[in-house]
Amino acid sequence: MIERSDAIVIGAGHNGLVCAAYLARAGSNVLCFEATGAAGGMSAPHTLGEHYRFPGLAHVAYPVGASIRQDLDLDRFGYAPGPAADTVALAGDRRHLVIGRDGVSGPGLPEADAAAYRQFRGRYLAFAAALRPIFENKPPRLKDMDFRDKTNLAKLGWKLRFGLGREAMYEFLRVAAINIYDVLNDTFDDERLKGAIAADAVLGSAMGPRTPGTVLTWLQRLYGELEGPLALQTDDESQLVNALRQSAEDAGVTIRLDAPVERVLVDDGRATGVRLSNGETFEAATVISNADPRTTFLDLVGAPLLDTMFANRVTQIRGAGVVAKLYLALNGKPDFPELPDAQLGQRLLVAPSMKYVEHAFNHSKYRKYSERPVLDIVIPSLHNPALAPDGHHVMSVNVAFAPYALEGGWEPQKEAFADRVVSLLGEYCDNLDSLIAKRELLTPRDIERRFGVAQGHWHHGDLGIHQSFMMRPVHGAAQYDTPVQGLFLCGAGCHPGGGLTGLPGRNAAKRVLEVGGAV
Amino acid sequence: MNPERDHFRQPLKRTPFHDRFVQLSTTEEWMAWNTYKVARIVDKLSTEYFAVRSGCAVMDLTPMEKYRISGADARAYLDRLVIRDISSLRPGRVTYVVWCNDDGKVIDDGTLFQLGDNEYRLCSQHHQLDWLLMSALGFDVCIEVETHDVAALAVQGPTSYSVLAAAGIRELENLKPFDIAALRCGEVPVTVSRTGYTGDLGYELWMESARALEVWDAIFALRGQYDIHGMGLSALEMVRIEAGFIMPGFDFNTAEATIRAGYDRSPYEVGLGWIIDLDKGHFTGRAALRAESSRPPRRRMTRLVVDGNKPAGHAFVYAGRNGKLCGEIKCATWSPILKANIALADIEYMHGRLPPKLSAKIDYQRELKWHTAWADCQPQSKPFYSPAHRSLTPPPRF
Repeated sequence: MIERSDAIVIGAGHNGLVCAAYLARAGSNVLCFEATGAAGGMSAPHTLGEHYRFPGLAHVAYPVGASIRQDLDLDRFGYAPGPAADTVALAGDRRHLVIGRDGVSGPGLPEADAAAYRQFRGRYLAFAAALRPIFENKPPRLKDMDFRDKTNLAKLGWKLRFGLGREAMYEFLRVAAINIYDVLNDTFDDERLKGAIAADAVLGSAMGPRTPGTVLTWLQRLYGELEGPLALQTDDESQLVNALRQSAEDAGVTIRLDAPVERVLVDDGRATGVRLSNGETFEAATVISNADPRTTFLDLVGAPLLDTMFANRVTQIRGAGVVAKLYLALNGKPDFPELPDAQLGQRLLVAPSMKYVEHAFNHSKYRKYSERPVLDIVIPSLHNPALAPDGHHVMSVNVAFAPYALEGGWEPQKEAFADRVVSLLGEYCDNLDSLIAKRELLTPRDIERRFGVAQGHWHHGDLGIHQSFMMRPVHGAAQYDTPVQGLFLCGAGCHPGGGLTGLPGRNAAKRVLEVGGAV
Repeated sequence: MNPERDHFRQPLKRTPFHDRFVQLSTTEEWMAWNTYKVARIVDKLSTEYFAVRSGCAVMDLTPMEKYRISGADARAYLDRLVIRDISSLRPGRVTYVVWCNDDGKVIDDGTLFQLGDNEYRLCSQHHQLDWLLMSALGFDVCIEVETHDVAALAVQGPTSYSVLAAAGIRELENLKPFDIAALRCGEVPVTVSRTGYTGDLGYELWMESARALEVWDAIFALRGQYDIHGMGLSALEMVRIEAGFIMPGFDFNTAEATIRAGYDRSPYEVGLGWIIDLDKGHFTGRAALRAESSRPPRRRMTRLVVDGNKPAGHAFVYAGRNGKLCGEIKCATWSPILKANIALADIEYMHGRLPPKLSAKIDYQRELKWHTAWADCQPQSKPFYSPAHRSLTPPPRF
C-alpha cells in the first residue's frame, strides 16, 4: 500500500523540523524522513565511546528567533538557549583577550580599541538589523516581482535610509561587499581582536579575511545576535532539536528515522512523492528537501529531469567544506595557563591575528590542510558534568581549514592532521597530551558521509555574496520553490543560509503555503 | 609548414575537396564557414541555382559540425536534448531536430542520424560541443567531435539520383526521404542519406576524408552525360529560402549568442511550433515552452511573397503602407523558378494575430542613389517551392 500525505519533508535537520512543524500547524499532514538514526542533522549530539557525549557540529549557536520560538511554542517543549558564551581570543604569549557582549578586555589592549569595539559592535548590529526584512522573507525576485517582494525591498530601503540614517547607510553600502580585513584594519590596532573577529567572519566558508564579501558573512553571523547572545550547546541532548521534534510531532508530523530517501519521484515535471532506499514509496503533492541543493537536485531528482542550464548551475555551487571537527575525551580538566576558570568555560578561539587566519586559509586553496589551523574550542562538560564520567571532560574543536578535496585524500592523512591540531592545542593547554582518553576527527569527507551533506559543508554552500539572497543556492531555486513543481528546498543551502536559525525552514514553509502547496 | 607553429599562415582550413573547387572556381569567391574555406560562388550564381533546380549541384558539407553520440543512455540523452519526440527514430533513419535552452529559446537545429542501436550522429550549423557536454550531466553517454574526420558532400537536384547511380552507388532506388544507408561508391564506403537543405531531391554523402576525392571524381567524371556543377553558399541561400528553411544565427539570433533581452527566439516564434512535443517527457526548455504555448503568439517567422522585384532583404515591414512598424525581413531572394520575390520575415503579431495587411518599405539603389518604395506582402503558409519529385521513391530517372 502506498501511503499518502500532504507533504513530505526530506531530512529532519533543524530546518526540516521547523518547516514540517509550520506546515503541520497550518493543517497539513506531514511525513518527515531522516536518513540517520537521530533527528537534528548536524546539530544532533555526538557520542565517543560509551561515556563521552558531545554537542553536534554546531557547538555554539545563537538563540532561535523569537517568532519561530513563539509560532512553534518551543519554550513549552523545553527549549532554552544554552549558557551565554563570551569569546576568548587565545594568545601565544598567554595575554588572552575576552570579547563579550559588553566590550572587550585583556592585558595590553589599547584603550582606543576597547572604545572602537563598542562602537563597531553597535554599528554592525544595526546593519544586521537593517537586513531583517530580507532575512526573514523569501528573497525578492529581481524580475517579475510580486507584491511581497516589492514591500520587502521597500522595507529594506526604508531601514537602510531612515533606520540607519544617512551616514550609516553610506558606510553600510561602502562595506557590504568588501572584505573584513580592510574594515578591521581601519578600525582596530590589536591583532588578537582583529584575528578573532576575522575568524568568525570566515568560519565555515572557504574564505579568508581578505576574500571579498567577508563583511557580509560577518553580518550574517552577527544577525543571530539580534536574538540573544551566542550560547554553548551543553545538553546531553540538543534542547533545540528536542523541542523542535516535539513541537512538530505535537502538531501531527510523523518523523521516521533511519529512513533514507533515495529518490524524489517526478511525473511530468511535478513531484509526486519519494522512494526510500528500502524501496518503499510515499506519495505527496508537496515534497520539501532539507538536503543540500546539490544532493537534492543531482542525486534525489537527477539532472536528466532538470533543464541543462539549471542542472549545471547546481554543479557550480561553491560548497566544498573546509572545517573539520575534533572531539577529544579528556580524563581530567585541561589547564590553560593564565586563563581563569570562568573563562575556560567560554568559547576559546585560536586565531591570534588576521594574517594567521589568512595563512591558514591559503593552504586550503591548494588542497592542503592548514599547518597552523584556526581553532574554535568549547568544553561543554564544564557546564554540564553529565557529559563525561566524574572528573572527566569533553572538548569539541572546530578546525579550519581542512579542505574537502584534500590532495592525496583524507584517509592516509587524517591522524597526522589530528596530531597537528593536538600539538597546536598543546601550545595553549599545558596538560592536554596526558589527558586525551579518546579522540575522533571528522573531516569534511566524514561530515559528508555521516550527515549526507554534499562535500561536508556546514552551510550547504559558501555564504559568498554570489550565493546569497536571490542567488542562493542558484537562480531558479532561490525562492524555495524549484523547477520541479511541488518540490521545495528548506535547508541551509537556501536564503538566508546556515547557522541554527531555522529561518530557511520557516521561510520555505511560508512559501509552500503561499503557492498553495501542502494543504 | 609546422602545424604547431605556422597555423596562422593558413587561418582557414581546407576541406578534402578544396583543390577540386579551386579547379572549378572562376570567381575565386571564398568565404569562411566554421573555420574552413569554402566557395561562396564557384562559377556563376544562376548556373549553380539552376543546377539544383533542374540538374545536379554538388556542395561541400565538410565544415558542418558533426558529433558522434553513443553510450547506454544516448537515446535518453538525445530525448532530453531535443524538443521533438524522437521515439519513432530507428537505425537507418534521420530526423530534423531543434534544441533549446532552459528559457525555451532556440540554440540551434540540425539533423540527427541513427547509425546503430546506440550510435547517433548529430549535424548542426554551429559549434555545439559545450552545450552537448553540459547536457550530458547525469547520462552515460559519449560525445565525440567528428567534424574534421568525416568529409561530406551534398548532391542535390532532380538528376542527383541518376548521377549517383551512374557514379556507381547501387541500391539507392529504395532510399526514402530521411533514410540512411551504408553503401559503396565503387570501392569507397559511403554513408548516404536522403537529406538536404535545398527542398529538392537530393542526397548527402558521408565518407572518410582520405578517400573523399575518389567519390568526387566518380561524380564529376559524369559531367559529359549530366549537368553537374559545384555549388557555393550563395546558391544554397536562394534555394533554402524557396524551400522555406530557416537558418539559426542568420534569420534569428541563437539563444547562446544573445546578450540583449528579448532578442532570442523560441521555436514557436521561428515557425517550428509543429516540431515541439510537450508531452513526450522532460526536455530542456519544456516548462518555458509549455508556458508559452498557453499565451497568445507574440511573433512568428512568416513566409512572404513581396510584390515587385526589388530585393527586399532587411526591409522593415509595416501593418499596411504607413501603418505601424511590425517586423523585418530576415532573408529574401528573387526566386527564378517561381518568378517571385520571396522572403522570410519576423513579424510581431497584433492581439495574437498576424496583422491583416503587411507592406515592406524597401530601400533600393538606382545608379548608386538610394530610393524607397512600398511593396505589399502576401503571407504564405506552405513552403514556396516543393516539387513532387523531391519525395518520390524510387526517384525519377534522367
